Amino acid sequence: MSDDNDDLVLSNLNDTDLCEQMMDDLYDGLKDEIEEAVRILLDRKWTPYDILTKSLVAGMQIVGDDFRDGILFVPEVLKAAQAMKGGMFILKPLLVETGAPKMGKMVIGTVKGDIHDIGKNLVAMMMEGAGFEIIDLGINTEAAEYIGTAEAEGADIIGMSALLTTTMPYMKTVIESLKSQGLRDKYIVLCGGAPLNEEFGKAIGADAYCDDAAIAVETAKRLIAARQPNA
Amino acid sequence: MTAAQTPDALTRLLETREWLLADGATGTTLFNMGLESGDSPELWNVDRPENIAALYQGAVDAGSDIFLTNSFGGTAARLKLHNAEDRVFELNKAAAEIGRKVADAAGRPVIVAGSMGPTGEIMEPMGALSYEAAVEMFYEQAKGLKAGGADVAWIETISAPEEYTAAAEGAAKAGLAWVGTMSFDTAGRTMMGVTSAQLADMVEKLPTPPVAYGANCGTGSSDLMRTVLGFAAQGNERPFIAKGNAGIPRYMDGHIHYDGTPELMADYACMARDAGARIIGGCCGTTPEHLVAMKAALETRPRGERPTLEQIVETLGAFSSASDGTDDKGPSARERTGRRGRRS
Repeated sequence: MSDDNDDLVLSNLNDTDLCEQMMDDLYDGLKDEIEEAVRILLDRKWTPYDILTKSLVAGMQIVGDDFRDGILFVPEVLKAAQAMKGGMFILKPLLVETGAPKMGKMVIGTVKGDIHDIGKNLVAMMMEGAGFEIIDLGINTEAAEYIGTAEAEGADIIGMSALLTTTMPYMKTVIESLKSQGLRDKYIVLCGGAPLNEEFGKAIGADAYCDDAAIAVETAKRLIAARQPNA
Repeated sequence: MTAAQTPDALTRLLETREWLLADGATGTTLFNMGLESGDSPELWNVDRPENIAALYQGAVDAGSDIFLTNSFGGTAARLKLHNAEDRVFELNKAAAEIGRKVADAAGRPVIVAGSMGPTGEIMEPMGALSYEAAVEMFYEQAKGLKAGGADVAWIETISAPEEYTAAAEGAAKAGLAWVGTMSFDTAGRTMMGVTSAQLADMVEKLPTPPVAYGANCGTGSSDLMRTVLGFAAQGNERPFIAKGNAGIPRYMDGHIHYDGTPELMADYACMARDAGARIIGGCCGTTPEHLVAMKAALETRPRGERPTLEQIVETLGAFSSASDGTDDKGPSARERTGRRGRRS
């Protein structure tokens, strides 16, 4: 990174240019630069919510699109997510203080019997990057754990992941359990994992199957928006 | 290169044969024997050795020249999830010992390949696992496999180049010859973005190169064949491996079923051979029935021309993505303002 553009001074950029630069810097996973830019925007009296949505979330959207389209791969996405996290760390307490609107809350976990978590972690990271609040239940998650946590936390979305063909059917168990408790329509249920496909998502009664982390974010945004009466 | 050493058993067998048949699915078979989802298959090497022997025997009886040991999740990182991280040597040794017995009783040369799967961790700088710690974990596993009598270390389903290299170093440190396959499951690349061409180039630069390298698992047999053509196009002389899934999993009546028939896998096996693969096998969903059909086809159908992408699609079905990153048909990189300058 030792090129002649290194002397770029973020604080000299106007708001529009700075936001564009932040999107580039997120794309390149430059955490220090993102943190600096967030502080500059706060000094310029931007609201934490505007910084989140107009720079960070907008930038992660580009990362997500290029991941979905096979231009970026997991290492680049992880790096971008780490830069995003740096910015979020500054904004999080301020967002709470200012009572900023929330994107939504998701309870996520790898299903019972399955201990594979890379895909699930990636979805959690991308969802956080898109401004969602994530409660990660980890691996080997029982139906009662998904539902109990979603109820206790007031979540909007339940996200289930599985890598094994033998554990995929457990997603149906969770959905059946939601149904029997009369809670199915209360939650958006998303599923994903290497061996899954859309046909499977439909067959078990999920709201959507998400092919990768970027599609999970897109789908979550779309389904949350569809739930808001005047959106 | 230590040319003075006696070559390993796999290298010797490759010298005498045009192609070798590897094995099929391990997990599927074990679940059918009553392994519970979430349990560690590796614990069965000690607790239910008769089932593991039956698993290996199934591949040998179906005609496999190579079978993989039940040690895919045998690194400390994976065994830790079952509180068995202190049993790495024991469980891997047992996996190979059972295999050695089955192979030696086969009445023909059969290779015991010590399976080494990914740690499941993301490596530095993106994740927490350091290169040195990864080498150490694979080394510990490889030592156990070697002590149990494995002929080679069989590194598989890897997606990160650093982890591939670390596993290779671990195997070499234990004095085991090795092969290594990656899973190309994301738009024709591995999850970490590695293309077939990049893997083919990478293996030639390693201090201890593999006996063979290749692709396993991934997304259906068409994609796998495209990856194999990518290896062939790089033109190095090293044997390469095609070990694809039996089609794509479908959900039917409450259970999962791979849609690849034995006939389809037989077509795939012959296409892989015609593309230049020297070791051909199956992965998820591949049963002994599939292996028998693959072997019969390999033995009876004459060798053909290297298949084209069009022929692959026609015979095995469509690809999951337009490009696999080795041509210029893929999506192009984003145009950006680039005030900070693009890194190459």
